[in-house]
Amino acid sequence: MLMRVRTVARNLCGLLYLICRHPSALIGLVILVAYVVMALFAPVLAPYPPNTGSVRQSFLPPAWQEGGSPAHLLGTDHVGRDILSRIIYGARVSLWVGVLSVAISMVVGLVLGAISGYYRGIIDDVLSRFAELLMAFPFLLFAIGVMAILGPGFFNLIAALTFKSWVEFFRLVRGETISEKTKEYVEAARAQGQSNFRIVTGEILPNIIHSVVVLATLRVGYMIITEASLSFLGIGVQPGVPAWGSMVDDGRDYVRTAWWVSTMPGLALLLLVLAINLFGEGLRDILDPRLKVD
Amino acid sequence: MKCDDYILRVEGLKKHFVLRRSLLTKILTRERDCTVRAVDGVDLVIRRGETLGLVGESGCGKSTLGRTILKLYEPTEGKILFRGEDIAGWRGKQMDLFRRSAQIIFQNPYASLNPRKTVRDILSVPLLKRGVKDPKEREEEMVTLLEKVGLKPWHIDSYPHQFSGGQRQRIGFARALAMKPEFIVCDEPVSSLDVSVQAQILNLLSDLQQEMSLTYLFIAHDLSVVYHVSDRVAVMYLGRIVETAPTEALFEDPKHPYTRALLSAIPSVDRETRRKRQILEGVVPSSIDPPSGCPFHTRCPQAFTECRLCAPRSVEVDSGHHVACHLYV
Repeated sequence: MLMRVRTVARNLCGLLYLICRHPSALIGLVILVAYVVMALFAPVLAPYPPNTGSVRQSFLPPAWQEGGSPAHLLGTDHVGRDILSRIIYGARVSLWVGVLSVAISMVVGLVLGAISGYYRGIIDDVLSRFAELLMAFPFLLFAIGVMAILGPGFFNLIAALTFKSWVEFFRLVRGETISEKTKEYVEAARAQGQSNFRIVTGEILPNIIHSVVVLATLRVGYMIITEASLSFLGIGVQPGVPAWGSMVDDGRDYVRTAWWVSTMPGLALLLLVLAINLFGEGLRDILDPRLKVD
Repeated sequence: MKCDDYILRVEGLKKHFVLRRSLLTKILTRERDCTVRAVDGVDLVIRRGETLGLVGESGCGKSTLGRTILKLYEPTEGKILFRGEDIAGWRGKQMDLFRRSAQIIFQNPYASLNPRKTVRDILSVPLLKRGVKDPKEREEEMVTLLEKVGLKPWHIDSYPHQFSGGQRQRIGFARALAMKPEFIVCDEPVSSLDVSVQAQILNLLSDLQQEMSLTYLFIAHDLSVVYHVSDRVAVMYLGRIVETAPTEALFEDPKHPYTRALLSAIPSVDRETRRKRQILEGVVPSSIDPPSGCPFHTRCPQAFTECRLCAPRSVEVDSGHHVACHLYV
């Protein structure tokens, strides 16, 4: 047991070292960590509560512009709420939605993909056809449809996003399982009388988990964008909860006069997704040609 | 033959794979599901303590036969008798026992070890299966195993990619031996190794055989390797055994036309031998649609009408020398 913990720790340290040597992965990771810290400590970091403001303070420009005040670094919106505070709180929604929906999709895709790829036959036929059916719908349109039926709300949003997103993981895991399954080490495990469950979890999974992790990282960014799109359309999280998508929507009518109301949350979104993609692609570079353990 | 003479006996063993076409392909191209007759009626006896060489061209079903014997593939037809008992219905505990006594070594040392596992992980699985629960005892046994196959104890925490092909093959060996088997299917264990390493591995095989009184089914396409290790040789063609004989007899006096062609294909530096070489025309027919009668008649220089009509039965032409050919009936 101790050996195993030590091996895992050593591998993680090795991974961290490789990330540090990969500039774009490192930049991505640093920005990502900053966002996570921001979301975790939102009440401490945000200068104002996210939902209070006075109309007298509305449309204050960012601090560096004429008429801006250092009290509101990124300005205020049409009802005088501090944009910086709302962005900080909004990171919570984005990160939660991204991580949770991807985590659920990953687990579902992993289990079904492994079963499908390992056993093939009728289960595989049914699941694969169903997956292809879902693939035929455009993602955003599908999510809008589901949200229209379920109504807005955090968990409905997660459901709408996961409902189609597991297919990506399913297809990846299924394909990789099929190709690993034919390798001789799997046959050796069968010759030793290992159970199917053991073979899948103990032999095949460790060999495919790396590509799953990379896909998961890249999908988080996509989920966050989709959540923002839905919030922009007003069918995302509950109204009142600060979300970047709905903040962009709030400023839509004032883009000519008060550009910062829409632009600031938009930039926050851009930077986060950019960081995730940089990190994800860096991770792919590092992991794909097989992680050197020593 | 009495049952304590042989460790494994195979009767009329068949393994057919069905290639399924999707519904769409069936409708559009009118292709039907088809059957690949990889192993098509094999009778074979493996005696306790011997090495039986199994030779044949690529794709003749050697590996499939080896794996079907170990029940890694479910046989389509026929009997596998292990120590005189039919293993067809074996499940659970009985199957575990069989798995313990019969192991396999693979051809490709790069695919046969899980790249994510250390030697320790790889070796603990069979030891745990055998019921070695105490970690200390397990550790000791792993070290003994490594030494037995010519590796060092400090190799235990290394990953497969840190080893050479020959060393990996030794690990594969250790994994099979960890089960304390009586019978090992060696599926071309040296064909992907350098000639110098091949010799080392072959010597290791024969040393271990004597030390642990093992029985081998040695699958190979390299005849000189087979000559070196086998007590008896079985020649396979298109899913069937065409000739079985003691090694000396087979190499000195091959009976079946296919065996003769195979032997004359052994590379030689002697000009005289090269001139007499008999090269087979054509390619191995497809095992999806094998020829009628004797499977070899399409390429046989001595084929006659009978060969096209019915498959020859195996006859004993000399003591222990069996041939399935109409020339000898």
